[in-house]
Amino acid sequence: MRWTLLVCLSCFAAGVWAGDVGQIKAATGAVFLERQGERLPATLGMPVQESDTLVTGADGSAGVTFSDNSVLSVGPGSVLAIERYAFDSTTHNGHFDASLKKGTLAVVSGKMVKQSPDAMRVRTPSSIMGVRGTEFVVKVIEPGN
Amino acid sequence: MLVLVLGALVILGAIYAEPVPPEKTVVVLPRAVLQRPPDETVVVLPSADGHTGTVVVQRGGERHVLNQPFAASRLTGGKAEITQLSDAEVRQSFGVALEALPARPTTFLLYFITATDELTDESKGELKKILAALKQRAVPDIMVVGHTDTVGEPERNDLLSARRAERVKGFLIEIGIPSAQIQTAGRGERELLVPSADNVDEPRNRRVEINVR
Repeated sequence: MRWTLLVCLSCFAAGVWAGDVGQIKAATGAVFLERQGERLPATLGMPVQESDTLVTGADGSAGVTFSDNSVLSVGPGSVLAIERYAFDSTTHNGHFDASLKKGTLAVVSGKMVKQSPDAMRVRTPSSIMGVRGTEFVVKVIEPGN
Repeated sequence: MLVLVLGALVILGAIYAEPVPPEKTVVVLPRAVLQRPPDETVVVLPSADGHTGTVVVQRGGERHVLNQPFAASRLTGGKAEITQLSDAEVRQSFGVALEALPARPTTFLLYFITATDELTDESKGELKKILAALKQRAVPDIMVVGHTDTVGEPERNDLLSARRAERVKGFLIEIGIPSAQIQTAGRGERELLVPSADNVDEPRNRRVEINVR
């Protein structure tokens, strides 16, 4: 029992450190990170991990800086899934797939896009965007809204 | 009499029985509304240096290449088009999101007097500006890397570069940046900004890089 607990704890610690890909740099109003079925209130400085979903309320907005120096932010009523993220700080190779389900998103691409132009993809319900080193904004309005 | 009592019970039972749930209302939406995809807008923005990159929007078999400032790909009521927006229109639609965009990661350089961890006079002036810029960031994540020129022994330069980095870390702690958010490293003479032979006094190599995220 004790060993099981110890193994679990060390897994948890390893996960926390190995999994951080970005950090919450701005958070106003209701902002949450959905992680493994849990909904965590997002606070300044909080680490962001691969597979996290950033959710903002009607009064919320949030900004995240990633390890490859890409930055993004979401406006009110947004749901943004960080589906895949990996970055090698030595080679600058990596991949970044994000999906905006609804709301507004602003993106400034980072080092991995400079290294390989196909590294970053942003999805919406109807589109896939390939990013060739740039700043851009995306809005998704669900029908009926 | 019995009939009356029984009758009363039946009536009471009817009154106290659970109310019959109202019939469920089923709203049948027209097919077109159910299948309508969300409206979407993608706009490419000029970056701070005036350069505009490219975003390729792939929607089914359709492909929109956006590479002009404020060029937009729009999907409205299932219909896609390329259009041109104004700065003001973008501000209106995306203002709150753009406001929340974190400060871009950046690098500052400070230079040192030969063989010391003392800043040059010019860099002392620069330091004030750098500290003011760092104060603007809510949760800065900082990597300070010290370097030397090629004068002297590499081992001594390793120590000198580490001392320079620590000195700069001290300035950052003084303005209230938590120590835990500042990492330091000394690279000695391994990463010359200006390549040189051994034992060359090169002021541009005696430096500290402050990388802020």
